[in-house]
Amino acid sequence: MTDVDAGFWTTVADTVAAVCLLAGAFLTFAAGVGTLRFPSLLARMHAVTKPQVLGLILGLTALALRVRNWSAVAMLVLVVIFQLATAPVGAHLVSRAGFRTGKVDETELQPNEMDPSSTDDPH
Amino acid sequence: MSLHPRRRAARRVRLLSAQWPALVVLTVIWVLLWGDLSWANVLAGLALAVFLVVVFPLPPIVSDGRFRLVPFLNLAGRFLSDLVVASFKVAWVALRPGPAPHGAVVQVRLRNAQDVYLTLTAVLSTLVPGSLVIETRRDAGILFLHVLDIEASGGLDGVRRDILALEARVLRALASDEVLARCGMPDGRSVVDTVRTTEGEG
Repeated sequence: MTDVDAGFWTTVADTVAAVCLLAGAFLTFAAGVGTLRFPSLLARMHAVTKPQVLGLILGLTALALRVRNWSAVAMLVLVVIFQLATAPVGAHLVSRAGFRTGKVDETELQPNEMDPSSTDDPH
Repeated sequence: MSLHPRRRAARRVRLLSAQWPALVVLTVIWVLLWGDLSWANVLAGLALAVFLVVVFPLPPIVSDGRFRLVPFLNLAGRFLSDLVVASFKVAWVALRPGPAPHGAVVQVRLRNAQDVYLTLTAVLSTLVPGSLVIETRRDAGILFLHVLDIEASGGLDGVRRDILALEARVLRALASDEVLARCGMPDGRSVVDTVRTTEGEG
């Protein structure tokens, strides 16, 4: 590989990293806005599980493309795996605790199949 | 149940050797966290893994499944694209002006109530389409999902269809032939067919 090629691929990696970083920052920002703006506990949990996780993945991808160091990349992959494994569990536990302790305003859930009066299997 | 001490020890060794994948994974994580592959790290990680498995034993996973590469890649690919689409959708809902959309709680009965597939389907559905698992009924294989925007998700039936299609992808990638046959998904049919069948049932 010549020097020109190496320089070219470095530019490509840097550009992709910049795009990933911007997209990740946008999604993380939107997650923050959603957490603030959404009216209920359950809706807020959506903001913290979806855009936040992908925002982090994109940010770390950008970091991996810039750092170009295998042991650092391995660590970043671990962060992503743990995030994917723990974020849904955390959101699920918060939602379930909210539901069980009556912190969720059930009147705004239309329809609400959790309602004790509709426990029959809908199928 | 009180076992003879020696039999209990033998049982513990058997459990430990049955959990060798857990030991390998924990050791690999330890080495990755140190970021340096050396004998000291591998041995320390292995010792820690054995300690964790002995002190915090988990129930054995019923492993009658079969790994299929192509359906697994299909599951992973769909997961990634759904993650991207769902993230930008939720981001748009968060940023757009106007009131928040209409939420709902939907009950979905999965085809297969086995713990492994129930858990995988629940975790993936929380990460992916506009849904969030808030409660499960493990013995009956029922998930209760909160949906952020019920109209945009195609109503109750749309959500059920999406979740059942996700479950079909999970089963196709990891479940045994027997389970697939029991769920009415004999091997050889494409995932698209399964989705169509589910639509017909719904």
